[in-house]
Amino acid sequence: MTNSIQDIGQADCILVIGSNTTENHPIIGQKVKQAVRRGARLIVADPREIELSRWATLWLRQKPGSDLALINGLLNVIVKEGLYDREFIASRTEGFEELKEAVSRYTPDKVAEITGVPAEDIIKAARLYASGPRSAILYAMGITQHISGTANVMALANLAMACGMLGKEGAGVNPLRGQSNVQGACDMGGLPNVYPGYQPVTDAAVREKFARAWGIAPEKLSPSNGLTLMEMMQAAEEGRLRGMYILGENPVLSDPDAAHVEKALRKLDFLVVQDIFLTETARFADVVLPGAAFAEKEGTFTNTERRVQLLHKAIDPPGGARADWQIIAEIIRRLGFPANYNSPAEIMAEIAQVTPSYAGINYKRLEGQGLQWPCPAPDHPGTPVLHQEKFNRGLGKFHVVDYVLPDEEPDEEYPYIFTTGRLLYHYHTVISRKSKGLEEICPEPVAEINPQDAESLGIGDGERVELISRRGRVQVKAWVTNRVPRGVVFMTFHFWEAAANLLTNPALDPVAKIPEYKVCAVKVRKL
Amino acid sequence: MVKLKINDKEIAVPEGTTILEAAREMGVHIPTLCYHPKLRPLGHCRLCLVEVKGAAKPVAACETPALEGMEVFTDTPRVREMRKGILELLIATHPVNGCYTCDRSGNCELQNFVYAQGLTECTFSTDTYRYPVVKDNPFIVRDYEKCILCGRCVQVCREVQLNFALNMVNKGFKTKIAPVANGEEAASTESPCVFCGQCVQVCPVGALVEKSSRYKVREWELKKVRSVCSYCGVGCNLELYVKDGKVVKVRGYDNPAVNNGWLCVKGRFGFDYIHSPERLQQPLIRVGERGEGKFREATWDEALDLVAENLRRIRDEYGGDSLGILCSAKCTNEENYLLQKLTRGVLGTNNIDHCARL
Repeated sequence: MTNSIQDIGQADCILVIGSNTTENHPIIGQKVKQAVRRGARLIVADPREIELSRWATLWLRQKPGSDLALINGLLNVIVKEGLYDREFIASRTEGFEELKEAVSRYTPDKVAEITGVPAEDIIKAARLYASGPRSAILYAMGITQHISGTANVMALANLAMACGMLGKEGAGVNPLRGQSNVQGACDMGGLPNVYPGYQPVTDAAVREKFARAWGIAPEKLSPSNGLTLMEMMQAAEEGRLRGMYILGENPVLSDPDAAHVEKALRKLDFLVVQDIFLTETARFADVVLPGAAFAEKEGTFTNTERRVQLLHKAIDPPGGARADWQIIAEIIRRLGFPANYNSPAEIMAEIAQVTPSYAGINYKRLEGQGLQWPCPAPDHPGTPVLHQEKFNRGLGKFHVVDYVLPDEEPDEEYPYIFTTGRLLYHYHTVISRKSKGLEEICPEPVAEINPQDAESLGIGDGERVELISRRGRVQVKAWVTNRVPRGVVFMTFHFWEAAANLLTNPALDPVAKIPEYKVCAVKVRKL
Repeated sequence: MVKLKINDKEIAVPEGTTILEAAREMGVHIPTLCYHPKLRPLGHCRLCLVEVKGAAKPVAACETPALEGMEVFTDTPRVREMRKGILELLIATHPVNGCYTCDRSGNCELQNFVYAQGLTECTFSTDTYRYPVVKDNPFIVRDYEKCILCGRCVQVCREVQLNFALNMVNKGFKTKIAPVANGEEAASTESPCVFCGQCVQVCPVGALVEKSSRYKVREWELKKVRSVCSYCGVGCNLELYVKDGKVVKVRGYDNPAVNNGWLCVKGRFGFDYIHSPERLQQPLIRVGERGEGKFREATWDEALDLVAENLRRIRDEYGGDSLGILCSAKCTNEENYLLQKLTRGVLGTNNIDHCARL
């Protein structure tokens, strides 16, 4: 998030797009509802009828995969009606003229045609957002899990910059991150192109710095970007990747086109999985190492607003299981490399030494409310709002981004749009399903189908159906509901019994390599 | 700012401050039961009654704004007498013997208050309408006998969680608080309840308790450890309540910058996966075909050697780029840092990623 969770309380207008906030980030959802009660205006853009739709001043029900057209449509109105922030654009940005030109094609009428959102609602939404004075954008995977995911995010940045909605409280472009430490895993260089703190692997000076800190020769560090998760699976299938070490991930259920992942893992020469359960992925391993759950170890998580927070150890791991940092350090040592850490606090000291945005972070300072990076020095208070004086690159650049159709569109054979997500009572694929209460209240998967579609297919509520895509098929109970519009079928991916990712399309966004989980084509058959 | 006197001492407070808040700022204790600092005042329990010079009747300190020139008295004989009467009425309908088996004993606001007042008997005897204990969902037990109708649970659902799942129903002795759907009493699973458990967290007594720890643990046996939720990326602060090496319940920790003490159903009730009998407890080495899921238990030394040996072999024979590492969005920063250090510094590849995109 460019801004902070607390900030939502100060927003005058909130645009929630591609985020089912009350189910997936319930405490932020709560804050949004509180803001509405206090008088903030809420625009929800979501193909599904989510809880926040009922709280919205305006609910835009765009067709899945048409977000970019919708956002450009909002910009079209903002440009045409002169609602943009001239001063902000002049002093803080560049490229607005090109953007103006580009969005002129996205007239409300044309966008209405693409998205299914009435033209007058597009105009209303643009006016609401632009009039602020403090407008915040919240988004999640509904924006990013498309082949145009990166472009979608750029379009949102364009919208915020055009209206001067960055660098101040109650505004911002705020991605809601889905997992407890997904932000931290990225911050720590758990990505194929960057070292901790997003320092590029292709930068010789960066490699030099890490080589010195780690006591190795700089030429030992690879100068080229590595493979992304999806590319690794592809490489494994082709025999280019021979060994994998998987920590606390379950790609067999969480990756698109699951059948492919299984095939890839089978081809590996060696697979080690470190986890707390024998997951669907661990079943393919040569060695399984038992790690520790969050309550069983010390460490830090970084939340969606860049806040680094402390976890304290409450209990011991069960049986012979060990804290994951200890296991990894032991493997490093057995490979002939020093890794003599007595505690996670010592590891954090090393992180601070090599990561400029974490340089001021240490365990003593984290005891209170945590610290938001960038925190470049031990006396720096942390950064609740990014881009206050300037952007990272100096001037904020407007990127012209154009709408493209999803990779797979419905056709005669596969006439329905299939889209996926999460629900309140489950999380990903493992831990919530091992919780007694959560399993009891939500024990089985359902596919949401619109009543008119159900009628034409002769499907009654609660009856079993088969969903078939070009990649696979699943059998599941139908929930006949107006939550989904006509022509759209929704499922969660939590359940191995009906693994939605057997159906999803592995087509990737060309930049972020994120798969298009939110749109593919299926047919529906009554069982 | 307005100036007023409380028990003859002067204080200046910002406009809109209540008498209760002003008194607490001065360190003057006024007892409360329905009042909760994170909720708008309800004025239900009347325990916070105080006398104001010139007012015909005592007023509830929690909902009465402090006004310029006001003179407030919090501890007059009349106030003390009224408080005792109110408290007696409360315990007349509350099963005092129930303290033996009540989960909240030792941390009950009513029990503490009765104790502080030294109240040993109750001069009232009343008929109470007895409703059975409700356990209609996997998370929360509602024990009507212990409910003092303070209304905090209704208020937190309306004001904080904003799901409007609870309301007072019936009248007189039959009054109770219940889940509602379309204005009618309903099972919690039929109501808009999302089982966030904010109501459990604000309940001053043992009327709303966590089902999984009910009758299993006394307050004074618990060790509280502050941590961060393991589910979504909001990073809600929480306290793990530990007994005998097990986490038995979870409560929100009040970090105003993040979750203000509130949690969702997963954070509050979904922690028990950590004690699942399916947890891995020993290193495993594959014995069957790959994917068959057949393993034997191994020692750490054997397993770690096998891992190091194979990583080294593949690196040396085929190069570091023939290895791929997935780190974890559920592991700590320190663990992810170490794993990328292993990947880059030891294995010599940048093939590291995780499910950030999934």
